[in-house]
Amino acid sequence: MTAIKTSIGRRSFLKTSALAGGGMMLSFSWLAGCKPTPDMVELPKEWFELNGYLKIGDNGLVTIMSPNPEIGQNVKTSMPMLVAEELDVDWKNVIVEQAPLNTTIFTRQLAGGSQSISQGWKSLRMAGATARRMLREAAAKAWQVPVDEITTEASMLYHKASGKSASYGEMASAAAKIEVPKEVELKNNSDFKIIGTSRNNVDGKKIVTGQPLYGLDYRKEGMLIAMIAHPPAFGMKLKSVDDTQARTMPGIKDVFTIKTYPEDYAMQWCDVDSFPELVVVVGNTTWEVMNARKALKLEWEQFTDHELTSSTFWGTTVKIKVPGGLENSAQHAKVMSDLSAKAGKVVRKDGNPEAIFKKAAKVVERSYTAPFLAHNTMEPMNFFAHVTDEKAELVGPIQTPEFMEKSVAARLNLPLEKIDIQMTRQGGGFGRRLYGHFLLEAAVISQKVKAPVKLIYTREDDMSFGVYRPAYHALYRAALDENNNLIAFHVKAGGIPESPLFANRFPAGAVENYLAESWTAESNISVGAFRAPASNFIAGAEQSFLDEVAEAAGKDPIQFRIDLLNRVVSNPVGENNDYEAKRLIGVLELVRSKSNWGQDMPDIHRGVSAYFCHDSYVAHVIDLKVDNGKPRVEKVHCAVDCGIVVNPIAAINLVEGGSVDGIGHAMYSGLTFTNGTPDQINFDKYRLIRHKEAPKAIDVHFVDSDVDPTGLGEPPFPPVIGALANALYKATGKRHYQQPYLGAGITLG
Amino acid sequence: MTTFNLTVNGKKQTVEVDATTPVLWVLRDHLNLVGTKFGCGMAQCGACTIHVNGSATRSCMLPVSSVGDQEITTIEGLSEAGDHPVQKAWLEHDVPQCGYCQAGQIMSAAALLKENPNPTDEQIETAMNGNICRCGTYVRIKAAVKTASQNLNA
Repeated sequence: MTAIKTSIGRRSFLKTSALAGGGMMLSFSWLAGCKPTPDMVELPKEWFELNGYLKIGDNGLVTIMSPNPEIGQNVKTSMPMLVAEELDVDWKNVIVEQAPLNTTIFTRQLAGGSQSISQGWKSLRMAGATARRMLREAAAKAWQVPVDEITTEASMLYHKASGKSASYGEMASAAAKIEVPKEVELKNNSDFKIIGTSRNNVDGKKIVTGQPLYGLDYRKEGMLIAMIAHPPAFGMKLKSVDDTQARTMPGIKDVFTIKTYPEDYAMQWCDVDSFPELVVVVGNTTWEVMNARKALKLEWEQFTDHELTSSTFWGTTVKIKVPGGLENSAQHAKVMSDLSAKAGKVVRKDGNPEAIFKKAAKVVERSYTAPFLAHNTMEPMNFFAHVTDEKAELVGPIQTPEFMEKSVAARLNLPLEKIDIQMTRQGGGFGRRLYGHFLLEAAVISQKVKAPVKLIYTREDDMSFGVYRPAYHALYRAALDENNNLIAFHVKAGGIPESPLFANRFPAGAVENYLAESWTAESNISVGAFRAPASNFIAGAEQSFLDEVAEAAGKDPIQFRIDLLNRVVSNPVGENNDYEAKRLIGVLELVRSKSNWGQDMPDIHRGVSAYFCHDSYVAHVIDLKVDNGKPRVEKVHCAVDCGIVVNPIAAINLVEGGSVDGIGHAMYSGLTFTNGTPDQINFDKYRLIRHKEAPKAIDVHFVDSDVDPTGLGEPPFPPVIGALANALYKATGKRHYQQPYLGAGITLG
Repeated sequence: MTTFNLTVNGKKQTVEVDATTPVLWVLRDHLNLVGTKFGCGMAQCGACTIHVNGSATRSCMLPVSSVGDQEITTIEGLSEAGDHPVQKAWLEHDVPQCGYCQAGQIMSAAALLKENPNPTDEQIETAMNGNICRCGTYVRIKAAVKTASQNLNA
């Protein structure tokens, strides 16, 4: 067992006061309205809160708070599982509630970087272990026996010697009066009963019966609907508004303009000031507001170069230059190609790569590109806000409630404690909802109309006011000697406006002579994190390139990678290699064995890929079959090392989804611009992968591991793109260098 | 504003709305049935799928004036206790990730199985092709449709 110091107090997680006796009345709010499972239909008469993460009812029902935003990564089930494990509770007696934002109790209430489980691994288990300890102490006191003799199992307390037993429900009242222990012990991994077992989505029944769960479903008495009109192109700002007709239309309450970020506002990294001024239409119902918005007569004009000051995620301050002008995709492609031809900023250099390239027997050089991507969460951006002089109540889908609370406080000039942000279940995140400008817009609108308001984006708003995945370019060169050994490697990568380079990832460390360069180009198009930022491009590029290098060297692509990685294990080049070569070898070996790699499979064309990101390791093998000239993914074989797997059924789902998502975006998706305007603003032109194009089967295999859990939401996405490109080459004889591959006339299905 | 008498999930409902209002917004804004989702507003993603006289229909482009006395069924009315074979199969396979598109997926699947209780893989893919799942749960959706089909035919 591991003993760890506790860091949780008794402070209530609700901002209301606790009742006497440690008990707490619970009012089931709209968001918290969880029905008990069928095994436990009666709600308890009284709840006893043992800490901010959990409370136990007098009938043994346990409520566990899920602290982090749920965007489909299943934390609302898997995070409470960690609490339940250490509490030793029967999972069927557990109710899960979405916790409100409360940074005095919960840590890192953020969905991003695939970090929820790894960052919550200790704190959530500690919360459960602390409560279990208090229950045991209460039983020891009641039975006048040493606490060490009290054991627990499935929500029951036992004293074996005397034969005494009590349920958690019976002991909850007494446990709530026990002092919070200073130190508790966590279970050994081998004693886990819940972690590592499959538990179905706690919201499953509500989802399949259409119960209100999402921000867009939220409503409140007297609530108005708001929509915004933003400039039609990046690089433009509002010139004039004629709302004469719109104002007279049925159901319309008001039309006005807002500045989400006034000049004296101190921006932070999750604020997005693409469009400095917005036109707002407020009315009774969605359809009325949509129609009135169409009746607005708006004029726009170009803005000129300007500079924004913003704080970064790490708290430093940066100045961001926003160039004027209306950008085009053709111009982007030229800029990227031109910059790639120039020297970049050297980020890492080992040995003497340029000299080695000059004397190489063979040099392979290839360039790869990928377009901007819109996140396209199925639930478009939206937020509810009710702002009064005294407080701001905000409800909706947001990945960064902690940060946005600060934005709201700064924008409305309210103290933090007057801001209440509640998280709904989110219809997808993928990074888009890290950037909560829509939350702030809703707050400003509500303040202005002095009423509760739900701001809704249409799909067109969502896709044309994006915080997109940047456009990327990567040039690779590899030098082979006369014996086909890889003797030098060069990557030069950049993007608009961010570089995708990870200079210290594989194959850094595996090649004696290595050069990594980076460049960036300015843009006024807003960009941000998109599922597995930067990795989502560079993995596919690098793994496609390595496939060509292996081919040029006449080696099996899996063995080629493993040979390079073995060099890193035995004698790494450089000191800053930020991956564990052994674990990357581990997933390659697992996928090799599970896919029967090397076996002759008639009509099957295979590609392999492996990548490390978010502290996890994933390898894919894709099997393609060509029917009537069309390739179809018959099967995806996937090997994953993400440490301990908390909830296998959901983890497999996430890997399946990440694989489909990667294949889909590489094949079909891309956002192009004409004079600053996105050419695709709905699903008629913006392609997402559909049923007929999806893999027929996906086999997921996890490396058996005792390592603390690492990320899983993002790591399965990047490598599958390389496996797809390499399998397409085997199937069609053509290499693909430009995403989406649809552009080369390829479709799946 | 026009008055419309609708039959939604077996219940008579009267709404007074503009005749062009899509059924999606009548359901969501006027009848507080929010299980039917807004995804694209142009019948491209399937999140808003309902049944009109038992057939899968995109409600986001269906004006309320075109419904007449046809029966509307939404996800809330697919079954009384949430135990339609498709809903049960969805739970068994733990299909949803974010879950937002799943009501539309379930409505499409239920309409398919009503018409064709024993669809082939290809027929499932064709019937479901108008429903986008951004999380990529397609493999599970297909497995769940097959389970529902087996249970219907058992």
